[in-house]
Amino acid sequence: MSRHPIRASALGRSALVHLTLGGYCLLVLCPILLVLLNSFKSRAGIFDDPLGLPTTATLSLAGYGKVLGDAAVGHMFVNSAIVTGVSLAAILLLGAMAAWALTEYGFFGNRLLALFLAFGIMVPIRLGSVAILQEMVALDLVNTLTALVLVYIAQGLPLAVMILSEFVGQVPQELKDAARCDGVGEYRIFFQVVLPLIRPAVATVAVFTMVPIWNDLWFPLILAPSEQTQTITLGVQQFVGQFATDWNAVLAALSLAVLPILVLYAVFSRQLIRGITAGAVK
Amino acid sequence: MKQKAGWPALVFLAPALVIYTAFSAWPLLATLRLGLYGTDDVGHVSFVGLDNFRKLLFDEHWFGAFRNAMVDNVEFFAIHTLVQNPVALLLAALLSLRGVRGAAAYRTVLFLPTLLSVVIIGFTWQLILSPLWGVSEKLMTLVGLGEHFGPWLGQEETALRTIALISVWQFVGIPMMLIYAALIAIPEEVVEAAAVEGAGAWRIFWSIRLPLILPTLGLVNILTFVGNFNAFDLIYAVKGALAGPNFSTDLLGTLFYRTFFGYQSETGSATMGAALATLMFLVILSGVGLYFLVIQRRLQRIAS
Repeated sequence: MSRHPIRASALGRSALVHLTLGGYCLLVLCPILLVLLNSFKSRAGIFDDPLGLPTTATLSLAGYGKVLGDAAVGHMFVNSAIVTGVSLAAILLLGAMAAWALTEYGFFGNRLLALFLAFGIMVPIRLGSVAILQEMVALDLVNTLTALVLVYIAQGLPLAVMILSEFVGQVPQELKDAARCDGVGEYRIFFQVVLPLIRPAVATVAVFTMVPIWNDLWFPLILAPSEQTQTITLGVQQFVGQFATDWNAVLAALSLAVLPILVLYAVFSRQLIRGITAGAVK
Repeated sequence: MKQKAGWPALVFLAPALVIYTAFSAWPLLATLRLGLYGTDDVGHVSFVGLDNFRKLLFDEHWFGAFRNAMVDNVEFFAIHTLVQNPVALLLAALLSLRGVRGAAAYRTVLFLPTLLSVVIIGFTWQLILSPLWGVSEKLMTLVGLGEHFGPWLGQEETALRTIALISVWQFVGIPMMLIYAALIAIPEEVVEAAAVEGAGAWRIFWSIRLPLILPTLGLVNILTFVGNFNAFDLIYAVKGALAGPNFSTDLLGTLFYRTFFGYQSETGSATMGAALATLMFLVILSGVGLYFLVIQRRLQRIAS
């Protein structure tokens, strides 16, 4: 038997693998590219030749002009950034503190508390929306970013505590013992010994937590729909509904919403994917 | 050995516990309780026992809407189970083959849509499938399928399936990553030993790798289940709260939203909304319970 048939079949197999993966990648990329491409065209260009590149005749930034001319857009970006940033910082800090308390200290009800928190991973917080809204009305927090931040912290904590507990548990006992022998206080041990050691895990949790908050439509819609407090996700939804027939503006709004994520992903995708695969292996 | 708890333990634990209890656990319990109350015409709230549930399950008007949303939701979940998870398994299996060039690049692209907002994805596909724009029709004509094009999002028979497939398109990356991570965690020696004994790539996949990742496949399925049974954003973005045409894309999430906030001439009711949320809670809880108590154990027994 010659080596030839084996090589040919290996080559065929490899071609099939790349054809499948590459084909699926095209299916993923084409819709996004189509929107980006057409957002730079005039209305005539969008309809006459949707698949073509923008030419000198069809190039137009009218859509971007309209969206960016709308002063509210910048405001919405700021709202989203504040809500996501503050929630994220609180989830990571409070989550790491709780994970540390649950793994390091023995006390009555320790296990039960961990289970109580874990419940929130499987049961969607949305089911409590009716009472959450009533609570926010009672606290006079409706149409404030504070309401969103509080709900997102409650939503993000369970998973954060679960993942971080795993890592906090791996902090070497000798390190903690050495610090305690030197008379270092419990608070300083956490902030100066433990927290720096679990930084990679914190980064992974950050990504898991950030994306659903930034993209959420439900809570902005029911807790903070006012013009002052709209987040960008809700804003895009309302904007597109309102300008449904203005294709330039719709395509530009969608592109503007996609671009920051594309850029961030291009920069961080390596760490992100490593984090996901490492986290899932655990 | 665990440290004895003192003030520090309380200080570390309290903030998380207070916020989680106040804005997640307590509202959930309060919602379950509110489901037992009714609102009369002047807005007075009083205890009515199981009356809301009697309405939801036996009153023709309410039950019609609930059954419709439930059936749609089951179909929505079935499409995810039958399309999303097998496709994810296929992609993950291909990615985890040894020596696939550019695997990292493929992985990066395939995961990308999961990071985008459902609202953006919904609108993007709405434009692409729009007969007004005609992009899809043009593309289908290119490959000779032009006459099969239809306004899928606008037809009662096809709208739900189309939206479910859009959702699959967006989220296939998540199960793919989980399965991929499980596949690459399988020790090399196990696969090597089989290869030495002359097992081919297919044999190795079916009789060694697949059984080993069954617990992950189970987990993927239950995550899909929970996500699908409180889905709302995509339907709302593409079809609005009325989940048209003629409620054919109504899921429990959109029905819950309309029941709570009202629509058109119907006024919303917090108490009926709470009762519906209770039913959704029971559906999700029974699915999760079934998974953890029965399915997961069996899968792990097969895997070990």
